[in-house]
Amino acid sequence: MHVPDGFIDAPVSVVTGVVAAGAVAVSLRGARRELDERTAPLAGLVAAFIFAVQMLNFPVAAGTSGHLLGGALAAILVGPYTGVLCVSVVLLMQGVLFADGGLTALGVNITDMALVTTVVAYALFRGVVKLAPHRRRTVTVASFVAALISVPAAAVAFTAIYALGGTADVAIGKVFAAMVGVHVLIGAGEAAITALTVGAVVAVRPDLVYGARGVTARPLEIRSSPLAPAAPGAVARAEGPAAEAAPATATSEASEPAGAPEPAGTPEPAAAPRRSARRVWWAGLAAALLCAGVVSFYASASPDGLEKVAHDKGIDQNEEDHAAKDSPLADYGVKDITDARLSGGLAGVIGVGATLAVGSGVFIVVRRRRATAESERS
Amino acid sequence: MGAGHAHKLYREGRSPVHALPPHCKIAAVFCFVLVVVSTPREAVWAFGAYAALLAGVAAAARIPAGYVLRRLLIEVPFVAFAVLMPFVAEGPRVEALGMSLSASGLWSAWNILAKGTLGVAASVLLASTTELRALLLGLQRLRMPSLLVQIASFMIRYGDVISDEMRRMRIARQSRGFEARGVRHWGVLASSAGALFIRSYERGERVHLAMVSRGYTGTMPVIDDVTASRTQWAHAAALPLTALAVCLTGWMLP
Amino acid sequence: MDAAVTDPATTPPSLEVSGLAYAYPDGHQALFGVDLTVARGERVALLGPNGAGKTTLVLHLNGILTAGAGTVTVAGLPVAKAHLAEIRRRVGIVFQDPDDQLFMPTVREDVAFGPAAAGLRGAELEERVRRALERVGMAEFADRPPHHLSFGQRRRVAVATVLAMEPEILVLDEPSSNLDPASRRELADILRSLEVTVLMVTHDLPYALELCPRAVVLSGGVIAADGGTQELLCDEELMREHRLELPFGFDPRSVRVPVFPAR
Repeated sequence: MHVPDGFIDAPVSVVTGVVAAGAVAVSLRGARRELDERTAPLAGLVAAFIFAVQMLNFPVAAGTSGHLLGGALAAILVGPYTGVLCVSVVLLMQGVLFADGGLTALGVNITDMALVTTVVAYALFRGVVKLAPHRRRTVTVASFVAALISVPAAAVAFTAIYALGGTADVAIGKVFAAMVGVHVLIGAGEAAITALTVGAVVAVRPDLVYGARGVTARPLEIRSSPLAPAAPGAVARAEGPAAEAAPATATSEASEPAGAPEPAGTPEPAAAPRRSARRVWWAGLAAALLCAGVVSFYASASPDGLEKVAHDKGIDQNEEDHAAKDSPLADYGVKDITDARLSGGLAGVIGVGATLAVGSGVFIVVRRRRATAESERS
Repeated sequence: MGAGHAHKLYREGRSPVHALPPHCKIAAVFCFVLVVVSTPREAVWAFGAYAALLAGVAAAARIPAGYVLRRLLIEVPFVAFAVLMPFVAEGPRVEALGMSLSASGLWSAWNILAKGTLGVAASVLLASTTELRALLLGLQRLRMPSLLVQIASFMIRYGDVISDEMRRMRIARQSRGFEARGVRHWGVLASSAGALFIRSYERGERVHLAMVSRGYTGTMPVIDDVTASRTQWAHAAALPLTALAVCLTGWMLP
Repeated sequence: MDAAVTDPATTPPSLEVSGLAYAYPDGHQALFGVDLTVARGERVALLGPNGAGKTTLVLHLNGILTAGAGTVTVAGLPVAKAHLAEIRRRVGIVFQDPDDQLFMPTVREDVAFGPAAAGLRGAELEERVRRALERVGMAEFADRPPHHLSFGQRRRVAVATVLAMEPEILVLDEPSSNLDPASRRELADILRSLEVTVLMVTHDLPYALELCPRAVVLSGGVIAADGGTQELLCDEELMREHRLELPFGFDPRSVRVPVFPAR
């Protein structure tokens, strides 16, 4: 989703640059209020963490894999202000060092991926946490919802920016359907990974999950290291082994009954992870369809609205540019809007459905083959 | 993204481009890209001129063409996007190679490809002639908030350390016979990510402790500073100014 | 405020801890009245089992933790909020993981961080950095990023970052951990060559014997023993009681400890 140079025209790039700078300035102040003088080292380390975790590949099926984007994760773990800062710094460094995302598109990229993702994710997360019963599971569920919506929300934001300053003559409806359709899928993956990751952190160090402060304040604390009857003085030194132990503890927390992943062919241990995988899969499917069907339909009014505004107000460069090549925007009449939205929404649903069907098909085939191979072996 | 981050970004050298102060270079590249983005897409020759300018810079910096081209691969996803453009865009169609293509879509594809590629090439030249540390100093000099510069420099300092920890965790998983093959293993990978976060955060706290122990009170002391003479600014400005001339000509010509 | 320090007639001890007690905010008490005096120029090993409160004690020395009861005085200056900056300049703590300590992009900037935070600039700062790096034999690595150095080199740079502040007392947390034998010896040579008060927290008993004529045992939040390092290590009962074990085949009696000239 890193937008390159030339994709969005210069004026809109500049405007989004100003928006992004403002957002970063506000976040700097907010983060400093929360972390005071610890801001620099902590935000820096979290940014390095986001950077590293984006390289962690999550295999999906049949050789394909995805990775975390991290906006929602950052917001939930370290709070919205620090989250915006961390993701912005990651984007800035990716742009400057790796040429990943254009320099003039930095504003677009930060607005889109750092600001919208993080803010939407955090607002949703807090909302769910407030409404649902205060339990640890709530945190996981809230993370899922937050990440799930935050990614398509970024796609919507991108479409809005595109509607204002896109240089290509592709109908907004099509861009919208394509962006949201694809990102609903990505969002489902992001949601599953984010929820599992937050769940793992909450299981070991609930105090570190910014968004869950107050939820886990009651005596839920689990100390993973029974090694030392430890004076806290020893905690610093015991960190190595404690953290080493963490994945093990967290895993059994996250994936339900502690099925030891031993290769022995007893049915129980094999069943446990499979059940949880299936649950992840169903949750993802339900969420994706929900998004594609409901959210995208309703939300699709907004970029059209934006475009309408742009049209009415005659935001010049765009208009001239498009009018010169008699683009769709020039004769984008009111009667088309309903059509475009409907067809866009439908296309979104169909796209998601088809992709999911193919994905699940491949997944099921692969799994069945492996299952037969395993049963043959035993 | 993700792949290929391990390679060395900076190419050591003693060229005049290497020697320019970092903030001049950053400003020059940024202005250059801005000019490129503002150029009308119909002025095809202008993009050729920009490419020639960049090639000149690369030659002055003694950066081999193959190196720049390899680094350009980062934009491949958007090339795919651009290729789709003529098929999905609106407007009058033209027949080519037996397919019906949108004329404005072709222009859009060209626009994105040309500007995106020039942007990436300019950034690549910047990153390969400027050391990481100098880039940060340059950004600081260009008035980027110092807290942001600090965060970025911590990120760069600890990026390797944390990636290393991640690699060690992967080796530890593999040594115990675990290999992630599908969705059902996400739980394990995610708990590794969770553990990595805890380690990163705790390291952040320890680093803070070490900083406080050496007198840190919230502001970073200025240890290194970069300055630029007027001649150096003039040299750096040559690139964006020439580009601007090209751009203006592009607008002037019908 | 420095009058007491600069007067040579009444040189106060580098470190004076008396009746120090501390409980963490969660209620867990780690220190129960620690008394410890380290004279100027002395090298003292602080031994003790895991969880004895060693790190807690160290964090009191430069005011990161604030005493619940008792006082800590560094060269005559009490550790208190009012002059924390001066205290942190005087007490140089070398943490266990050099990656935590070396947080700047290059070795030179890292060594310069402390003095620069204290307000030093320009040529004076450069000189300070150069001298500190020379003392640990790392001068030619000044412009390298810390993560490109070997572990032993990083530990030495970590010592230099603290030396650059010209501290009154050098506090080392497990200085020999994770070092190969050669790096271990090099570090010992460096530490021996420094004319500064040293407090060394360690589990590495032979290393303590090699470097520190005096040792104290911290156990259960109090000083349980204080004496010559060799005597303490030879006291088998004491050692057993505080979970201090010598490495296999090491006999402290058989070692001839070099005699240190009084400084």
